[in-house]
Amino acid sequence: MVRFLGFGAGLVFVIALLVAALLPREDVPADPIKAIHEHARSAHWQHDGPLGMGVFGTYDRAQLQRGFQVYKEVCSACHGLRLVAFRNLSEIGFSAAEVKALAKAKEVPSINPQTGEVATRPALPSDHWPNPFPNEVAARAANNNALPPDLSLIIKARPDGQNYVYSLLTGYDKAPPKGFDVPQGLHFNPYFHSVNIAMAKPLNDGQVSYADGTNASVDQMSKDVVAFLRWTSEPELETRRQVGVGAIIFLGILSLLAFLTYRRVWAGIAH
Amino acid sequence: MSFPWANHYEPKHPLMQWVDQRLPLPRLVYNAVGAGYPVPRNINYWYNFGVLAGVALMVQIITGIVLAMHFSAHTSTAFDSVEHIMRNVNSGWLIRYMHMNGASFFFIVVYFHIFRGLYYGSYKSPREVVWMLGVVIFLLMMATAFMGYVLPWGQMSFWGAQVITSLFSAIPLVGEAIRTWLVGGFAPDNATLTRFFSLHYLLPFVILGVVILKIWALHIPGSTNPAGVEVQGPQDTLPFHPYFTAKDFFGICIYLLFFAAFVFFMPNAMGHPDNYIPANPLSTPAHIVPEWYFWPFYAILRAFTINFLWIPAKLWGVIAMFASILLLFFLPWLDSSRVKSTAYRPMYKIWFWVLVIDVLILAYCGGAPAEEPYVRISQIAAAYYFAHFLIILPILSFIEKPLPLPNSIAESVFAKAGHKDGAHAPAAAGAAAAPAE
Repeated sequence: MVRFLGFGAGLVFVIALLVAALLPREDVPADPIKAIHEHARSAHWQHDGPLGMGVFGTYDRAQLQRGFQVYKEVCSACHGLRLVAFRNLSEIGFSAAEVKALAKAKEVPSINPQTGEVATRPALPSDHWPNPFPNEVAARAANNNALPPDLSLIIKARPDGQNYVYSLLTGYDKAPPKGFDVPQGLHFNPYFHSVNIAMAKPLNDGQVSYADGTNASVDQMSKDVVAFLRWTSEPELETRRQVGVGAIIFLGILSLLAFLTYRRVWAGIAH
Repeated sequence: MSFPWANHYEPKHPLMQWVDQRLPLPRLVYNAVGAGYPVPRNINYWYNFGVLAGVALMVQIITGIVLAMHFSAHTSTAFDSVEHIMRNVNSGWLIRYMHMNGASFFFIVVYFHIFRGLYYGSYKSPREVVWMLGVVIFLLMMATAFMGYVLPWGQMSFWGAQVITSLFSAIPLVGEAIRTWLVGGFAPDNATLTRFFSLHYLLPFVILGVVILKIWALHIPGSTNPAGVEVQGPQDTLPFHPYFTAKDFFGICIYLLFFAAFVFFMPNAMGHPDNYIPANPLSTPAHIVPEWYFWPFYAILRAFTINFLWIPAKLWGVIAMFASILLLFFLPWLDSSRVKSTAYRPMYKIWFWVLVIDVLILAYCGGAPAEEPYVRISQIAAAYYFAHFLIILPILSFIEKPLPLPNSIAESVFAKAGHKDGAHAPAAAGAAAAPAE
């Protein structure tokens, strides 16, 4: 009985599927954007270690601080970093006094302790990085109706995040193909999914002056800020890899001992 | 419990005798996973995956309980509380990455376990109930994993919940009402998140309960084995402890090596980047895809593109997706061949491997965008999936001439080992019956 019912049900499913498979398809016009859109260029990342395998690499503190400088002086005008607290900056090599000073330079929303009215106060190390706009409406109003995304997790929130953000930041100099109209208020960038991005070219050569004398080319600044954003996405990366190498060594030895035990227990037993 | 020649629990220490007469828990353990449970001596490494699934379940429960201490089930705080775990909770990143990858690994070992069950005919008499309880666990796992994926309240959480719960709206007449009732509103929102959290905490313990039932049912006939013939006497078996505890421990170590490689070095490889964007009901992602372990079933859902026999395409897809799993309940009766191991079924062997490749193709199409050629490929692959179980298998059982089976497990084992250690064979057979010391 089960077999007869199953046979019937199976036949119906198969016919429904094969009829659908045999029906001719409507012509889908090719998406012109697809032909122009480019995949992210791969860059070398020091923190991904040898061969970019991401097993042994550690962050370059000097690069993270340079990247922080780019974020602070350029990106932070429009993009927030709400998951990062000032105290976290001590992890990329700033001293306690430097963290305090960095925090103090920023104002965060507060209330007047006497009147209870809305006010601001200098940030403390425990405060998070303040958002550049009070709310989404304000952000859109200031940016031609586009919303600048928060950057705390941007590297993890995009496929191939590091290379994507790096390519995007360095991809403004490519000219659009002949006959391609860039809508008004948007900018051509072949690495952006729709190739028309609301963000204007953010970096120009020499835009920031690095204290360590590194040449502030667009390429260098892009790499630095991407490294910094990788850190904001994955602050645990170094600990994770360290613990990981230990765990793999431990489990490797344990596996070997377990295998020898297994061989010993089964010695002379046919199976 | 299972075979008359099983070792008997005889506590020697007076304290253990005292306990045994009052709460025979040590006896239960001895008979279930100790020296009192005889196991076919020839089972291979494919038989490790059942224990590994148990390990994966325990890892999920333990890490999950810790995560729940720090998680905040509210749409306005869920996403940030996950990031709080990642950044501020001591070793929170480890617990969360273990839980996240643990879900994928649970499905990986369960898929291997199902593969083994299909290959060695583990669903056949007298193990039908063991198999059906396994399908129940599989369904519970899928529900648990789906609801767990919603909890971080990222973009894929929200839109995945939106797509999957809207499946219920395909039910004629009452569909929309059922969906509203399940979701607690007209779209996923706080009511959805809190109930999913509650159920996500509950269901793993339900799974644990069904696992206990499954082990109970399994221990009556015992495991199948690669030779495909049932256990006949003491020479066919070895006590679970120490032989299979040793083998399973080795398997667990290898499993943990793979698990650690993902947790520590590529924790996000099996996740979707969009889930690191907070949920936004006003912005639909370009491609909504579920987690990889749902891809074959997602492909079947999307394969139905035409209204057929007055039933709309969407309802066909929903029926077919549920049918593709529910038909597994009937597998013991669909495949009426008495021969268990595929090694002795020359025709079934070919179809079996076609099915394996077919499911991999479905998985690939399920993860790809819903456009040509993926839709057409998934239609043909889905047609084979149903044809395999509902049409080919029942016919095959009648027309296939199986290869001659070995007379017994012991015979097949000693024939294989004959040239190597034939001299030891009688001694080894004796060791099986002797208590393990």
